[in-house]
Amino acid sequence: MIKDKSPYAITVCGLTKRFGSFTAVDHISFDVAQGEIFGFLGANGAGKTTAMRMLCGLSRPTSGSGMVAGYDIRTEPEAIKRHIGYMSQRFSLYEGLTAGENIKLFATVYGMTDSAIGRATDEICRRLDMADMLSTLVKEIPIGWKQKLAFAVSTIHRPGIVFLDEPTGGVDPVMRRRFWEEIYRVSSEGMTVFVTTHYLDEAEYCDRVSIMVDGRIAALDSPDALKIRYGAATMDEVFRTVARDATRNE
Amino acid sequence: MTAAIATEGLTKSYGSVKALDNVSLNIEPGELFGLIGPDGAGKSTLHRILATLLKPDAGKAAVLGLDVVRYYSQLRDRIGYMPERFSLYHDMTVMENLRFFASLFGVNIADSYPLIAPVFRQLSKFPDRMAGKLSGGMKQKLALSCALIHRPEILLLDEPTTGVDAVSRSEFWDMLGSLREKGITIVVSTSYMDEATRCGRIAVIDKGRVLAAGTPDALTRHMSGKLYNAVASDMFGLLTRLRKMPEITDCYTFGSTLHLITTGRFDPAGAIGYLKAEGIADARIYPATPGIEDIFIQLTRDD
Repeated sequence: MIKDKSPYAITVCGLTKRFGSFTAVDHISFDVAQGEIFGFLGANGAGKTTAMRMLCGLSRPTSGSGMVAGYDIRTEPEAIKRHIGYMSQRFSLYEGLTAGENIKLFATVYGMTDSAIGRATDEICRRLDMADMLSTLVKEIPIGWKQKLAFAVSTIHRPGIVFLDEPTGGVDPVMRRRFWEEIYRVSSEGMTVFVTTHYLDEAEYCDRVSIMVDGRIAALDSPDALKIRYGAATMDEVFRTVARDATRNE
Repeated sequence: MTAAIATEGLTKSYGSVKALDNVSLNIEPGELFGLIGPDGAGKSTLHRILATLLKPDAGKAAVLGLDVVRYYSQLRDRIGYMPERFSLYHDMTVMENLRFFASLFGVNIADSYPLIAPVFRQLSKFPDRMAGKLSGGMKQKLALSCALIHRPEILLLDEPTTGVDAVSRSEFWDMLGSLREKGITIVVSTSYMDEATRCGRIAVIDKGRVLAAGTPDALTRHMSGKLYNAVASDMFGLLTRLRKMPEITDCYTFGSTLHLITTGRFDPAGAIGYLKAEGIADARIYPATPGIEDIFIQLTRDD
């Protein structure tokens, strides 16, 4: 599925989104390398969601340009949607369908053939050790499993890049860590991971981290380099230092 | 002294799911008490029972010495409750919402203003904005103002900081600290384990059960096994190697380091030697101070 031959899964230049007189995202430029785990942080209201919607082909930029998974975010948003994975903590699976039905539904939406869906289902069952849960309604599956299933479903079409929007919110510490081991696994297989989180210990697990403040990217580097630059012991301190200067009234 | 909140054997099921399983807690007047646990732990169910909005299947709960089922109507005047979901009127302005809640409780805003001022101050700049148009942080402040408008003795806050960024969360906890100083008993639930340190006492909750309760310090002091940090340039390689060592009972990521729970036989120098033989030459292992997350991981590991 990886059509993209460039070394970057995402390249963005001067990306801007205005709503009336309000500039939600203000000329952001950055690249994300293939296979990188990229943490996308920012205070509430900094413009993260708006930026992410543009990257996923859900919102047209007011100005600026960018390529995601090898497609132009201005002219090929539909191709982007087909070639990325997306998972958010808030909505990911249909609670009233079984695990197996969810797998089939998402795989079908992504245009997979019946035989490919069968293989993918077997693989998910084996990897997550949940064959006995296939005919269980999602609302009856424990939250930790549900979240791993949601991740498997969001990457069922083997996208080159997956966007994870606060995937671990409210999840217990053990499951949160298992989830990150899944992220490491897909990343080691070459998938690019673009992830937002409010847990700043998770920022430490990223290859690089950007921090948005008032619509701009105020800092972008590896966690170690950011800690050195801001004289901080943890990413939590880095975040507080960078986000402290926010002027936007949320 | 009567406990501000006392529950005994509180149990509540939804169909086959046991949301609360024999929960007994005592919360003293003036405490800032934290219910710490992940989604699905039972925090909201406990809050709803204490707020007199839900009846338990078994067990008892008393707030301010009054049974929550029998004296629900008296209690509602004395309890302030902020549910997890924003539950103000989106199509009413900031001031309309505040006035509405004041009139429900038969109080006037001026009398309560000194109490809510620290929370409401930023909102007072745009009294005519629709509540639905406020940002997440501002909605949260308005909801807290409305929950405080009748000057309750008990404040029940259900996950007020979920989805809120680290800086705003910290400010919110500062506000709770100053409300506590005014003598209000506060029960606040959170799934952010690091917020436990902002509470006087906490109960760690999972799957409807209280796993441990006490001050955050006391809970971390009782951690069994010695805790170490481990770091190396190849963190994932380090993790998989360390998990193979029998003297390490658990090993997991913890921000920029790994945490190792060890048995008495663990020798850091020996471990460094083993890692060198396995091709990890730059590992460092040094003692770590446990936090509430470590406690939670330990308490739930055998499930």
